[in-house]
Amino acid sequence: MGRERLERYSLSGPENQAAVDAGLAGGEWFRSAVPRQRMKELMRRSDGPAIRDTVIWIGLMAAFAGLGIAFWGSWWAVPFFLAYGVLYGSSSDSRWHEAGHGTAFRTRWLDQGLYQLASFMIMRDPTTWRWSHARHHTDTLIVGRDPEIAAMRPARLARLLANFAGLVDVPAAFRLMLVHAAGRLTPDEADYVPASERPRVYRTARVDLAIYAATVAAAIGFRSWLPVVLIGGPRLYGAFMLPVYGLTQHAGLGENVLDHRLNTRTVRMNAVHRFLYWNMNYHVEHHMFPMVPYHRLPELHEEIRRDCAPVYPSLWAAYREIIPAIVRQLRDQEHFVHRELLPGAAPFHVPTPASDGRARPLAAARAA
Amino acid sequence: MGQWIRACASDEIDREDVIPVDHDGRAYAVYRSRDDRYYATDGHCTHEQKLLCDGLVMGSVIECPMHNGRFDYTTGRALGAPVVTDLRTYPARVQGGTVYIEIG
Repeated sequence: MGRERLERYSLSGPENQAAVDAGLAGGEWFRSAVPRQRMKELMRRSDGPAIRDTVIWIGLMAAFAGLGIAFWGSWWAVPFFLAYGVLYGSSSDSRWHEAGHGTAFRTRWLDQGLYQLASFMIMRDPTTWRWSHARHHTDTLIVGRDPEIAAMRPARLARLLANFAGLVDVPAAFRLMLVHAAGRLTPDEADYVPASERPRVYRTARVDLAIYAATVAAAIGFRSWLPVVLIGGPRLYGAFMLPVYGLTQHAGLGENVLDHRLNTRTVRMNAVHRFLYWNMNYHVEHHMFPMVPYHRLPELHEEIRRDCAPVYPSLWAAYREIIPAIVRQLRDQEHFVHRELLPGAAPFHVPTPASDGRARPLAAARAA
Repeated sequence: MGQWIRACASDEIDREDVIPVDHDGRAYAVYRSRDDRYYATDGHCTHEQKLLCDGLVMGSVIECPMHNGRFDYTTGRALGAPVVTDLRTYPARVQGGTVYIEIG
């Protein structure tokens, strides 16, 4: 049962077309009614906040790397490289995300520059992942359509846990780099990357592989791990905060529901987490209005929170829900966390057997 | 001779903004630039057919509200992924406080 259900997540399998036929692909998603003037204010771009945050981010990485190098060979280097690793291997995810949406900066080349840098650090091809993420926004948690479902039903638990050290993502990234460098895409990528964009993918993979080859050559030449600890390595030893943040977004929630209030979480976090995660904890808000820059999401949250389900007060509160849900989904793949909207919230879809969150096989759901 | 239709009153659009216009079941987007010129394009993004009127106008660029795809609304040119197909544009003119667009 579990294996069959996991196969339904493949974008090259039959569930993709079934979702299209059921009207779940490219569907109309709920959006709160925010006055146009207010939305224009919230969407407005500026360079200041992202320049400030990026200078701090890169400055901290430089400082921690410098201290780590200074103490290289002693245990004192460990905490500095740990901090460097989290900034590199975990925080690059949120920078990749925000710059990928083109909302971090007003100035386009700054956005593009950060996107390229963060894509390299997080080991994601900037082109394929831009298209993958566009699909994630179009078809959030639609089985067979969304390529970015982190916790499937049943969750691939060993992979989820191994990824706290990047042990799934990093080998997969190098496998993809080799595939791309050879001038090919995977079948799933071919589903969402248009032909005109593909040469860019192949070129980037060749450049990235050359950088990693030079890093390894330097490590061998200097007979030191230091080059690998500085470049690439943080994606392993500093990646543990990436799933800690990332799993809060959708894990355990309803699939095939066409309402981000029901399949996405907003979680309150402290200022350090919000800096590392660039306010992606306001994730319902981000999915509902992806054009609002990260630094305006707290204001957007105030605009729409009465339309939504209650906010999770902390990471701890979110995981008290996520872990039991994932464990139960190992044996019951129709289980999911039901989000109840606040009293007075704007209603939207009346659930049907195809869109009630269970994500049963669509042929069976339609027959019900 | 093309067909000109009334789109809206010229003061219905703020500067550097966009509004939707429907005609015969077809959606158009009408823009007013910062320097008070008017432009018109198809109403839907060429990427996934989302309405552009909910998007953000910055200078001569309209950004789609769904995936942040960008077009130059004065020429219709797609400015990069995830939009790769240009947007159709229509001539626009203002006469007596009314914006007209030529749709065919």
